[in-house]
Amino acid sequence: MKRSAVFVLALIFSSALVFATGSKEGTQSGTTAKVGGSVSVLAVWGGQELDIFNSLVAPFTDATGIKVEYEGTRDLDAVLTTRVAAGNPPDLAALPGPGKMAEFAHQGKMIDLSAVLDMAQMKQNYAPSWLDLGSVDGKLVGVFTKASLKGLIWYNPKSLSAAGIKIPTTWDQLMSVDQSVAAKGVTPWAVGVESGAASGWTGTDWLENIFLKMYGPAKYKDWYEGRLAWTSPEVKAAWQAWGKIVADQAMVYGGSQYELSTNFGAAFTPLFQSPAQAYFHFQATFIQSFIQKQYPDLKPVDDFNFFGFPAIDPKYAKAVEIAGDLFGMFKNTPQSSAFMKYITTAQAQDFWVKPADGISPNRAVPLTDYPDPLSKNAAQILTSADIAVFDASDMMPSKMNNAFWSAIMSYLANPGQLDGILADLDKVRADAYSGS
Amino acid sequence: MTVTNALWALVAVAGVPLVLGSYLFAVEAVLRRRTARFARRVRPWLWLAPALILLLAFLVYPALSTAVLSFLNANSTHGVGFANYKYIFTDSNMLIVLRNNLVWLVLFTVVTVVLGLLIAVLGDRVRYEGVVKAVIFLPMAISFVAAGVIWKFMYQFQPAGTAQVGTVNAFLSAVSSGFKPQAWLFNKSQNNGALIIVGIWMWVGFAMVILSAGLKGISVSLVEAARIDGAREGQIFFSIILPLLRSTITVVATTLIITVLKIFDVVYVMTNGNLDTDVIANRMYKEMFNYQNFGRASAFAMILLVAIIPVMILNIRRFGKSGV
Amino acid sequence: MADALSPARRGKGAAFAGHLAARGVLHIILIVVSLLWLLPSVGLLVSSLRPARLITTTGWWTAFTTPFQFTLENYAHVIGQANMGRSFLNSLLIAIPATVMPILIAAFGAYAFAWMRFPGRNALFLVIVGLLVVPLQVTLIPVLRLFNVLRLTGSFPAIWVAHTAYGLPFAVYLLRNFIGELPGEMMESAGLDGATHAQVFFRLVLPTSVPAIASLAIFQFMWVWNDLLVALIYLGGTPQVAPMTVTISNLVNSYGAGWEYLTAAAFISMFLPLVVFFALQQYFVKGILAGSVKE
Repeated sequence: MKRSAVFVLALIFSSALVFATGSKEGTQSGTTAKVGGSVSVLAVWGGQELDIFNSLVAPFTDATGIKVEYEGTRDLDAVLTTRVAAGNPPDLAALPGPGKMAEFAHQGKMIDLSAVLDMAQMKQNYAPSWLDLGSVDGKLVGVFTKASLKGLIWYNPKSLSAAGIKIPTTWDQLMSVDQSVAAKGVTPWAVGVESGAASGWTGTDWLENIFLKMYGPAKYKDWYEGRLAWTSPEVKAAWQAWGKIVADQAMVYGGSQYELSTNFGAAFTPLFQSPAQAYFHFQATFIQSFIQKQYPDLKPVDDFNFFGFPAIDPKYAKAVEIAGDLFGMFKNTPQSSAFMKYITTAQAQDFWVKPADGISPNRAVPLTDYPDPLSKNAAQILTSADIAVFDASDMMPSKMNNAFWSAIMSYLANPGQLDGILADLDKVRADAYSGS
Repeated sequence: MTVTNALWALVAVAGVPLVLGSYLFAVEAVLRRRTARFARRVRPWLWLAPALILLLAFLVYPALSTAVLSFLNANSTHGVGFANYKYIFTDSNMLIVLRNNLVWLVLFTVVTVVLGLLIAVLGDRVRYEGVVKAVIFLPMAISFVAAGVIWKFMYQFQPAGTAQVGTVNAFLSAVSSGFKPQAWLFNKSQNNGALIIVGIWMWVGFAMVILSAGLKGISVSLVEAARIDGAREGQIFFSIILPLLRSTITVVATTLIITVLKIFDVVYVMTNGNLDTDVIANRMYKEMFNYQNFGRASAFAMILLVAIIPVMILNIRRFGKSGV
Repeated sequence: MADALSPARRGKGAAFAGHLAARGVLHIILIVVSLLWLLPSVGLLVSSLRPARLITTTGWWTAFTTPFQFTLENYAHVIGQANMGRSFLNSLLIAIPATVMPILIAAFGAYAFAWMRFPGRNALFLVIVGLLVVPLQVTLIPVLRLFNVLRLTGSFPAIWVAHTAYGLPFAVYLLRNFIGELPGEMMESAGLDGATHAQVFFRLVLPTSVPAIASLAIFQFMWVWNDLLVALIYLGGTPQVAPMTVTISNLVNSYGAGWEYLTAAAFISMFLPLVVFFALQQYFVKGILAGSVKE
């Protein structure tokens, strides 16, 4: 009798303890004062990116007293989808592309930022294309905070001059350079498309650049908006042009097996062997940090440099492809709008610019803030380009994007199957853009 | 440590077993006041209550919800009948996905159970059993993120004639001249096997630990008596040990079969289903989180739920036989 | 001289030689399999002691030739990572209750399934085992909704209860098997001695199920310790509550750079599950039933 009573009491006491101290770490204090409270941010950043973000946040917290609760995960899709569907989204999220943002916007989950930001200031600091890219159905839902330039061809200046190769400015020149190098028994290109769950994205960048240079921004838009079939002559021609490089075993270091199995962040190593095992590497601006980590002694410009993608159709010679991270808002609170305002300023974006972690889309960031000639060059190209389009696969619906990545893998494994691959892509297109 | 964390620690370490133990004593105390018949009828349900409540909330309700969602559209706003299922079964890639799951099912389960049994039984007879078991168990303790890193390097490819970085290619090049290095994860004829090997490497430890626990429960005197009677080791194993282990083997095999039906991490991290390695759980993940199509994702999940029915039927017979 | 050995002694000699050969094969099999299994882990260990730029360009076995370029920088970076200490404690705070709770709750249920008769017993048991197949991902949204309604999101009890529920099907399955295999005579004689079910459970069933409970504890602890997604979604990834898996995943940036730290982090993180494994090995004791049943 007594024992049971003791146990029952213990039961009650413990349960009381559990529920009484029920604190939820990381929730907002709910104050409406400008100072204090917290804002939750969800993004994919980790490692050095996270250190940079933390230093970006520090002055904001000092000035406003608002704590920034950052949660990082590479499984962003899983976590964000679940939290949005279950009703506790983060206040702010940094997404890797407008396509994903559009999906949430169509569900009505994103806040219209024109109510939060000073639009006059935004129009002054951001080129119209950035604001357009961040808008869905006329409402601004995402602001770009850091960008990268795609479609650059990296090379080792020393090995190029040793081989007597001149930098090509047109596609035809590039092809003839490739032929002459291959004739000497060296593969001109080093390619690697492996990237875990996103394997194939490097190939999509390349294909998009070729398409852009061949057909220009209008057709490019038709393509990523699903109006142009994958089996159309234009798209097929772009693949075949790409295939002249990547599907030719004499053109790519290690053949298709190397292309498929090598991580994009390690594929450039043949360029820096002596003697050089390859001369050209197609990649975006962010490969610079990978090169510098692998070869800490190499100097930018002297030991590694890039040139812009050669022209195919002279009309589109100056067209560039860009990509970028954008911030979107799921919950409008005083704290989240304060942080959103902060993140669009040049002062905040400098934190990304100074360590060369990205190019700022904000016009108020001076070129001198970029730490080395390479990133300065890239920033200049990006901000002064007359035709700038966004990474097409990031603009496509996720399903199309994923199928595109897989198609790259399938094509590299078996280039003869191009027609079948394109037909399969069209089937996905019919399904992905229908918005069922 | 903050006060809240310290309180949590107290609740965790002391409170939880206390609460659960007191629950049981409270149940028994209450039942003692009733008739034996009433107690006999109600007791099982009270003993099962904590488990049933949790299972209902966390597994049964989501499973039922999934069944319903599989008949709705992408954002669950209106019904679409069997459209999601139709999509799945008319997709040209589905045949490959189903084939992959089947290959995993057979190869993975058989090899893992056999190896686990082998190590458990053989290890039982040596003095360094603890070391062997620790070595085989180690892969399970490694989080899959890290295991993914090491296996990517195991399978890495460098062109023929250059120094190999990948262990498998290096080893095979060393033992047989004229061996051409392979990109194991990226060749359609090899990649599924390569992934299954990773799965086996990880899960044999599981089979071994459980089978070993079962083995230890077999009466020592029974085996000794048989040895004294002159039975050979092989006879002892097949006629005495194996039959006594049968239910444990069923548990291990069933769990492994269900695990392999749901196999996801290995495929997602290493190939994401590219080049004909896709499996059902990976398709489900993509539909749910990448494409935000809850209808189709739920339909994929339902396929898994239906696929275990045969496994359950096999288990019915087994569990009729033990206990009361 | 062969005549000096009697047939009996010669027979014994042959049997002994056969025995030795069998023992030899036994050892060879065990050692070969152990080495094969160890190979990837050794590769990981050696890689964790090398700088990243060497790992990608040279095989790990080359580390044993000159120039020896071992480094502790990966480990230093991981241990020095902000919040590693607190997230270690958070992991403990998550894993211990999430191991103890399912074992106890499942043991109650397993005992009921094994030693109490009631209508629908087998069907209910099969349903519970069948729940093993429910993929984790389909439970995330409904459960998170439930937690949001109950305002439990981001609290430790939420994640304890979640891991307990996810671990129950396997735990019930395993324990039912072992508890059901206990000798019927032992259970009957306990009942004849006037013990209540609770007394039988705590004094007889739990102690004799120790190997099963030990294996269950090993696996449940390890699965919870290595979990990432459940913690991220129900508890959150903020530094105050993040377990080690989240902090470790933050070592790597969005492009995957920093993966070399994962090699070191893997060993730091697996330290505790291995300790649990070794600690519980002592419960894998033979003959635990010896003496409790009259032969």
